Amino acid sequence: MKYFHLIWAALFRRKTRTFLTLVSITAAFLLFGMLDAVRISFDQAGKSANGAQRLQTGSKLSFIQPLPQGLGEKIAIVPGVKSVAYANWFGGAYQDPHNQVFTFAVSDNYIDQFPEVQVGDDARKAFTNTRTGILVGENLLQKYHWKVGQQIPLQSNIFPQQNGSKNWTFDIVGVLHPTDQSVAFYGQIILMHWKYFDDGVMKGYNNGQVGWYVIRVKDVSQADQVAKAIDAVSANSDHETRTQTEAAATASWMKQMADIGLIVGSIMGAVFFTLLLLTGNTMMQAVRERTSELAVMKTLGFSDQSVLATVLAESVLMVLIGGLVGIGIAAVLIPLVSASTGGMLNLPTVGADSWALGIGLMLAIGLVVGAIPAWQAMRLNIVDAFAGR
Amino acid sequence: MRDQNSSNQEDVAMGTLIEIRDLSKVYERGRQKVEVLHHINLDIAEGDFLALMGPSGSGKTTLLNLVGGLDTPTGGSISVAGQRIDQLSAGSLARWRASNVGFVFQFYNLMPTLSAQKNVELPLLLTKLSAAQRRKNAAIALQLVGLAERASHKPTELSGGQQQRVAIARAIVSDPALLVCDEPTGDLDRHSAEEVLGLLRQLNREHGKTIVMVTHDPKAAEYADHTLHLDKGTLVEQATA
Repeated sequence: MKYFHLIWAALFRRKTRTFLTLVSITAAFLLFGMLDAVRISFDQAGKSANGAQRLQTGSKLSFIQPLPQGLGEKIAIVPGVKSVAYANWFGGAYQDPHNQVFTFAVSDNYIDQFPEVQVGDDARKAFTNTRTGILVGENLLQKYHWKVGQQIPLQSNIFPQQNGSKNWTFDIVGVLHPTDQSVAFYGQIILMHWKYFDDGVMKGYNNGQVGWYVIRVKDVSQADQVAKAIDAVSANSDHETRTQTEAAATASWMKQMADIGLIVGSIMGAVFFTLLLLTGNTMMQAVRERTSELAVMKTLGFSDQSVLATVLAESVLMVLIGGLVGIGIAAVLIPLVSASTGGMLNLPTVGADSWALGIGLMLAIGLVVGAIPAWQAMRLNIVDAFAGR
Repeated sequence: MRDQNSSNQEDVAMGTLIEIRDLSKVYERGRQKVEVLHHINLDIAEGDFLALMGPSGSGKTTLLNLVGGLDTPTGGSISVAGQRIDQLSAGSLARWRASNVGFVFQFYNLMPTLSAQKNVELPLLLTKLSAAQRRKNAAIALQLVGLAERASHKPTELSGGQQQRVAIARAIVSDPALLVCDEPTGDLDRHSAEEVLGLLRQLNREHGKTIVMVTHDPKAAEYADHTLHLDKGTLVEQATA
């Protein structure tokens, strides 16, 4: 620590250059903080205690391939299955095609599969009794200033009604209150009756089929065997299924859209590679221009190892300052970004793991970019340095 | 100061600090070998103030670097206070320099980002002194060179003469027996040069520092007790001030 003032003074020897380098490092780690939150958000989707009790059964071919509704009754009698519900993708837009609303047509018992999503008893009763009734996520309700009892139009971007119109009318009968971060998505969606959808949609569009089944198992430790038994029901049929835990199904569904981990990793790889070059160049310049000062330190009796350590410490300190500020800004920005999307994007705040990973990266980058200049400083020959050789 | 013909008895009586025997230095520049010093023999007594003079390329800075432990000889030996510094490893030599030698350079070589006080404290970072003790010792050294009131100033805020006095304070702060000065007045005006030389003589006379100084300036050499001339790597003349 007694060398700290030396390291600090050397770091800010050229204030403008150091400031600009720090801005670059801050920007890189701000991006890291934000993207890591996105990665974790996708990674955590479906991973919860309740989620572990749920299985999802979809077509083995693709998640957009429908399954027969009758399959539900066969799944229900598979040993270990507690209850079966089903759902279809409906889509929808409110007033403007840009106002996309995630809407699902679901069986009446669908919400029972999700105890972590609270719905009042009156709302549940009203939903069961109202053919055009919908349950609306609390964030969505706030976003559009809707009220329970209000009638709203939604335009499906896929499914026309029997009369050819894509405009569907619904009555808000209740609100979905997610109580767990893992089901925060339910604050953003609408659940409508599958029966209303199947009866109302133009012939040939659905034909009594469902998109996927949501199954609760009696014993979570038996989930794998139950999943295999469910898939065995449709084996060698024209609608073979693949049953997975909710987390695995979510991950698989997301992977069919995009490999978030790969995308985030690739972006960060490119950013940190550029940062290595930029910061490495700054450190090389910083050490080169104070060759005589390093020679003086050695003359006064500083060992080669001390000189190596001070240059490395300078490099690590620079990356640490920029990196901590960057992740700190990300920690402030993430809740604001989540709030600005009305909860559509529920990014987790920068957690201990992200801080640890970030600090690990800072130390590694600092050591890598400082390695060559520190080695050169260590090998510096005093006489040659003073002679300008 | 005695040349190679001095007797051992006299060495003991005068208290020899530096003993140089058959010292050679060869530099390799690519495929070329350049012998800069040829078989130098020299004794420097404790408390001596020696000026080394000679034309450019005569080897005086090389001899100074060897005496100060900044470089190692190709042949021969150097003993300082009975210790063979030519046999020390790089790490040991660095530690030896830290506690035995103070350096004063032509261009001061102060850290531009540090205050005068922090520059003077620099060698003390290698000791076990507390921060408070380091500050105190640095303040005493600055007072000794007459710059106590400029302690918080950065080198760029000081004149050349003041910077060199800060450099001298840095050289003496760890109380070394030997001061090695390479053209200490080479970058100064006459008035500042006389101040610096007066200070060096004061350190020599009042504090018993042994000083070896390289200079081109005969007036600077007049402040020394002895002057040695080097030419083409050989001691050619001995004079007494």
